[in-house]
Amino acid sequence: MNVAVAKTGKGRAVSDLFTSAEGRLPGSSAVTAVRREAFETYERLGLPHRRIEEWKYTDLRALVGEVLPLAAAPDAAALKRAADAVKAHAIDGAHKLVLVDGVLAADLSDVKALVAEAGFKTLRETLEKDAGLLRTASTDAVIALNAAMATDGVVLSIADGAKLSAPIQIIHIATAASASSFTRSQVTIGNGARVTIVETFVSADAKAYQVNDAILVSVGDDADVAHIRLMDDAPDAVNVSSHFVTIGANVKFNFFNMTTGAAVSRLQGFITLAGEGSELSANGVNLLQKTEHGDTTLVVDHAVPNCVSREVFRAVIDDRAHSVFQGRIIVRPDAQKTDGKMMTRALLLSDEAEADNKPELEIFADDVSCGHGATAGALDDSLLFYLKARGLPEKQAQALLIQAFVGEAIEQIADDGLREHVIGIAERWLERRQ
Amino acid sequence: MALLEVKDLKVRVEEREILHGLTLTVNEGEIHAIMGPNGSGKSTLSHVIAGKPGYEVTDGQILFRGEDLLEMSPDMRAAKGVFLAFQYPVEIPGVATMNFLRTALNAQRKARGEDEFSTPDFLRKVREVSKSLNIPQDMLKRGVNVGFSGGEKKRNEVLQMALFEPSLCILDEMDSGLDIDALRIAADGVNALHSPKRAMVVITHYQRLLNYIVPDVVHVMSKGRVVKSGGKELALELEASGYAQFEDAA
Repeated sequence: MNVAVAKTGKGRAVSDLFTSAEGRLPGSSAVTAVRREAFETYERLGLPHRRIEEWKYTDLRALVGEVLPLAAAPDAAALKRAADAVKAHAIDGAHKLVLVDGVLAADLSDVKALVAEAGFKTLRETLEKDAGLLRTASTDAVIALNAAMATDGVVLSIADGAKLSAPIQIIHIATAASASSFTRSQVTIGNGARVTIVETFVSADAKAYQVNDAILVSVGDDADVAHIRLMDDAPDAVNVSSHFVTIGANVKFNFFNMTTGAAVSRLQGFITLAGEGSELSANGVNLLQKTEHGDTTLVVDHAVPNCVSREVFRAVIDDRAHSVFQGRIIVRPDAQKTDGKMMTRALLLSDEAEADNKPELEIFADDVSCGHGATAGALDDSLLFYLKARGLPEKQAQALLIQAFVGEAIEQIADDGLREHVIGIAERWLERRQ
Repeated sequence: MALLEVKDLKVRVEEREILHGLTLTVNEGEIHAIMGPNGSGKSTLSHVIAGKPGYEVTDGQILFRGEDLLEMSPDMRAAKGVFLAFQYPVEIPGVATMNFLRTALNAQRKARGEDEFSTPDFLRKVREVSKSLNIPQDMLKRGVNVGFSGGEKKRNEVLQMALFEPSLCILDEMDSGLDIDALRIAADGVNALHSPKRAMVVITHYQRLLNYIVPDVVHVMSKGRVVKSGGKELALELEASGYAQFEDAA
């Protein structure tokens, strides 16, 4: 296969990206063939741009321009910095899986416990035998690029009926500047299992790095799952994450995403309710400042009858930052008695802040209850004055009102400890703002 | 030195002058009632003293213990000891009353250079104060004023007054929206807080509130000025004859 098809300078750079990385990518020759095919797809499509409807508000071609070369394997100094970052961002009592610049750092991870409790393997190990994990039905360019370039990730198999007492925290740490990392993970959750997965994206001193992550989650029947993503990247970073979830019958699935950093970020979630009687709670918060651009794009697909979905999103946008929320609820023809609601609200803290909210309903069944709402506004002056008249300085009064504004989304996290952890990150964002 | 001195205060809102040279002096420990018809500028006065944005002071001074209050932000005025009990306290969903009280109290203490309250000390103090005012603990767990009745909102204002221990309390039409029982409870709370060091300015339309909070001085406002001052009997006179005579005097 000839990947060097493009004639332009940028096109050659893209081809070089894969050619130079190919020798370091894990997997058998069968895997390499799948990667090349995926890269051809990416090359054909290029970085998403505004003429693609799903990427209308997040024109990566304009915002990012090019993909940085693959990060080198972290050296001892980088691992030391990563260890410090783990200490700062680890959740008390959680089992940790740490990926440094896209590769699992076994010494920083609780591998032994997780092999026993959650059937843990690395993506590298899995790719030795099978390229299956690199295949997705999506035609999205960044997902194709992820398949082509994925270096490592975590593969978890939670057994039927397993009740994991502690959360599993996957911590992605960037230590390499001007480099990109590609991670891909899979979580398979058995029938009746109960598990909490937390993904944390942070930097250990690196600034302008790029993350392209994908996670595929499959949930059996009667399971109870909490999945929390915390995108707390460095201010100059780019993070594009894709999240595929398929949910069985009678499942409670609680998803939460919070973005508190990155020059450009996008979480694109594709959640399919594939079994009857399930309840999905999908919530999120974007806290953006300076010129940050944060995009949450979520497609909830009701494929079967009698499921409930609730979405609560909040965006707080300061300075010249830009928040995007695109939420689509699809109700398939057979999905009668679907109950789907979506509410998104943006709080603009400056005249130059920008919010694009695009809620959509695609309903092909006739006996459903679905609705959506979207608002954008400023802080209420009468509330601010009340707080200031009680002694709170301007910024502190604003912070209290911002906390209250995002609280409705954060409150959906059932676990007290995790909720406090998330509130702590939001509070640090508010402190940085002051 | 007087606690509060308002000297020839002129205030505009947008293009309209509301206060036309208002003068008022309040000393420590005094209770003043300010009465007057709608539109006479009573609430404007309370807002300007507390520092609400949107008012343009074109002339005059407001001194608090000799310091220029107009140079201070609203939070600094609160830390100095100025407390405005709102006519319509706002609801703040998502901000738990307890968290709000602790944050506000500690912000004031910090601004005065005092040690902040530890959580146990704060809890002890708030329990003690709320008990003395018969405020149930579950009210403190709810969002600030969220779902409170008119009476509960006013009691929450009195609770804050008791907790923050201001030197000057301005009660802006405290009787608005209260039935007679709620009014008595709120007024009892205010009376319990009155002390030789703490002054009260009670803004009201009606004499009935002054049955419960007995003023030392009554001022009649009309068209942005104090047009008459007198003892508590002036309120009774107003009740009998109305404000018309003073509107002519303005």
